[in-house]
Amino acid sequence: MSFSTLLFYIFALLVVAGAVGTIANIRNTVAAAMSLVLTMVSLAGIYVLLGAHMIAVFQIMVYGGAVVVLFLFAVMLHGGEHEDLPPGRMRLVKAASVLVAICVMAGLVRALVGFPELPAAGAGFGRAREVGIALYTDYVLLVEMVSQVLLAAIVGALVLAKRKID
Amino acid sequence: MIPLDHVIGLSAVLFGFGVIGVLVRRNLIVMLMSVELMLNAANLAFVAFNRLWPGTDASPILDGQVFVLLVITIAAAEVAVGLGILLALFRNRDSVDPEEASLLKW
Repeated sequence: MSFSTLLFYIFALLVVAGAVGTIANIRNTVAAAMSLVLTMVSLAGIYVLLGAHMIAVFQIMVYGGAVVVLFLFAVMLHGGEHEDLPPGRMRLVKAASVLVAICVMAGLVRALVGFPELPAAGAGFGRAREVGIALYTDYVLLVEMVSQVLLAAIVGALVLAKRKID
Repeated sequence: MIPLDHVIGLSAVLFGFGVIGVLVRRNLIVMLMSVELMLNAANLAFVAFNRLWPGTDASPILDGQVFVLLVITIAAAEVAVGLGILLALFRNRDSVDPEEASLLKW
């Protein structure tokens, strides 16, 4: 097993641990957000191992930074109430939904085997220069559309979060 | 070399945890975090499959990575709007339990 493969398994373990920590932290929402940081940063490590350096940088900047800070702001603003276990019948429904989700997970893993070995990638794969050229030539229309969506989201978030003026 | 099966398997497991989080938790913030987990699972699959067809050295194929950048942008917008909705809900109902948001139920 080569060093990069070993690193991949370490990062994969961290990703899963962070995901479990995110959804299983019932008492403390801040700890859940911190587990989310662990997942995002480990995913960035996997992106680097796969050769997508540019994506890894964006992953850390946008997810590890901006998105988690937004989550933390929301947690701090509402004071972090903790939830109790749901009452009788709902608990059964929840257990059943966990079972269904695990079955879906197992089915996906079972169905998605048998891919060929990854070929060697060229030097330009995932470098900022090549990704930038692709973004601003082939996909320039998509970039413009996404910028419009972002603008609409900024305005929408401001309107939604603003206090009533009376 | 990293086996692609295992990358896609990790993506599926991550997606499953996101599904469990959305189905089981009753805290809107954690539900939004679980949605982020699912989006990240999709991103991981995009990068892995892009890595399977990297193109030639002279003209690399980067479609998957461009899609990932767009998904990251949309996810950021989704979080901003989602947390805005959450703040409005908390202001009106004093709770982040989605069961409380039943005004449109009949």
